[in-house]
Amino acid sequence: MHPAPSVILFSTLSGLGFGLLFWLGLGVPDVSGGVAFVFFAIAYLLAVGGLLASTFHLGHPERAIKAFSQWRTSWLSREGWAAVSALIVGAAFGAGLVFLDLRLAFLGWAASLLSLATVLATSMIYTQLKTVPRWNMPLTPVMYLAYAVSGGALLAGQVKFAIGLLIVAGLVQIACWMLGDRALAGSGSTLATATGLGRRGTVRAFEPPHTGSNYLLREMVFVVGRKHAAKLRIIALALAVALPVALLMAPFQHMFAALAVLSHVAGVLTSRWLFFAEAEHVVGLYYGKR
Amino acid sequence: MTALPETTQRQLGLVIDLDTCVGCHACVISCKGWNTENYGAPLSDQDPYGADPSGTFLNRVHSYEVQPPEGAAQLVHFPKSCLHCHDAPCVTVCPTGASYKRSEDGIVLVNEADCIGCGLCAWACPYGARELDLAAGVMKKCTLCVDRIYNENLPEKDRVPACVRTCPAGARHFGDLGDPDSDVSRLVVERGGMDLMPELGTRPVNKYLPPRLKDQIGTQPAAPMPDVTDQPGGFLGWLDKALEKL
Repeated sequence: MHPAPSVILFSTLSGLGFGLLFWLGLGVPDVSGGVAFVFFAIAYLLAVGGLLASTFHLGHPERAIKAFSQWRTSWLSREGWAAVSALIVGAAFGAGLVFLDLRLAFLGWAASLLSLATVLATSMIYTQLKTVPRWNMPLTPVMYLAYAVSGGALLAGQVKFAIGLLIVAGLVQIACWMLGDRALAGSGSTLATATGLGRRGTVRAFEPPHTGSNYLLREMVFVVGRKHAAKLRIIALALAVALPVALLMAPFQHMFAALAVLSHVAGVLTSRWLFFAEAEHVVGLYYGKR
Repeated sequence: MTALPETTQRQLGLVIDLDTCVGCHACVISCKGWNTENYGAPLSDQDPYGADPSGTFLNRVHSYEVQPPEGAAQLVHFPKSCLHCHDAPCVTVCPTGASYKRSEDGIVLVNEADCIGCGLCAWACPYGARELDLAAGVMKKCTLCVDRIYNENLPEKDRVPACVRTCPAGARHFGDLGDPDSDVSRLVVERGGMDLMPELGTRPVNKYLPPRLKDQIGTQPAAPMPDVTDQPGGFLGWLDKALEKL
């Protein structure tokens, strides 16, 4: 799949923002006044910034409001509802903390729950696609949630939680890669089933429909980045998990904490790039590609 | 609404005969022509006369080589467009309700005024039947020529999809696949019509008729060429003998 920068930025930044909002809603850290304002501002900049980035890949962003209408069937629509609800409830909870020094716990819990629901809905947009076997497995939402909650703990300054959760996120990530590498072969879809000609003999793509490229190939048969996939996986894991954990285990310094956050963001961006670049869409089979 | 209808009154669709298709791409061109000049946003091209031309097409013809365990390989031309699936995954993923399946005839359509161009329906389709038009920013797909088949301004013989009307080989058939007595349904039963990627559970309405087995004439290896004689004849032979005697 084509790794569109807008979608990679969106899922990384929004994931972190809603991850932070999850911890703030739980009252971890227990902040109020100006400190609370800074924490909430970071969460909202990330979450809203990511959502805005996601509109850049739309053909008609001015009609985006229509995307709220189909929540009964569409995960993309549900994501919109969850994100807006989490932001509104979180804002009410945050306003209480910042301006009134008032902690309305039930609003906080609701904001936490809605934040997790938003990340879950984002991940389900990909998980639901049977056409992309690498994404179509229960571990995909687990990975999105693990990255969001661990990154949120990191931003919320929860060192103990962050170390444990980052390690969990790293393990889930490794499991996703291992299962994902076998997913296309395990899906049973081949050029033989795609053409229905498999009963007759070995099928080979002889001629593509056009001499040039097309939307399908550009969007769903992205093969450029896979060459360095193994190296990028190590880089992603080192930056997203290993380096932040090492920095958090060192005696606490603000410099180290900031570095840990930056490293984590760079690592998750790399992981998300791979999430798209490595994903094989079954339509590639028709073109003799994967 | 992007919920799929439980049942549809009719199941209009295509039956494509892989035995008859000659791979001329006339259906591709007539489709592009009709759907550029009529309903909805035109099918745009990018850099059409430049070094890297590409464009939006609702129908594309692939060619595959099938090598049986024994005998000669067979070339199969393979037109592919929207299969108007019963369980169309492209419809349920749509966040705006722009994608829908009609309950009266089962045609899957896009309401272009509601499409935000997110591209998720194209991701959900295993067959590559949907393409985002880069000029219009909306999703384009086969409409089964909904603006032809019910169009009373056209002569009756033209009230079929443009690809069917234009096919010079008669490889494309249009009809109601929900009616077991229709010509297309009978054709499917007779010729063992098949679904593409049945394992994905999309339940396509369109069916493909497998190519017939080729007869065996000419598939035996040719008889070996007779050995070229060692002894030249004629003048060269005389010369050879003459020189030998010297």
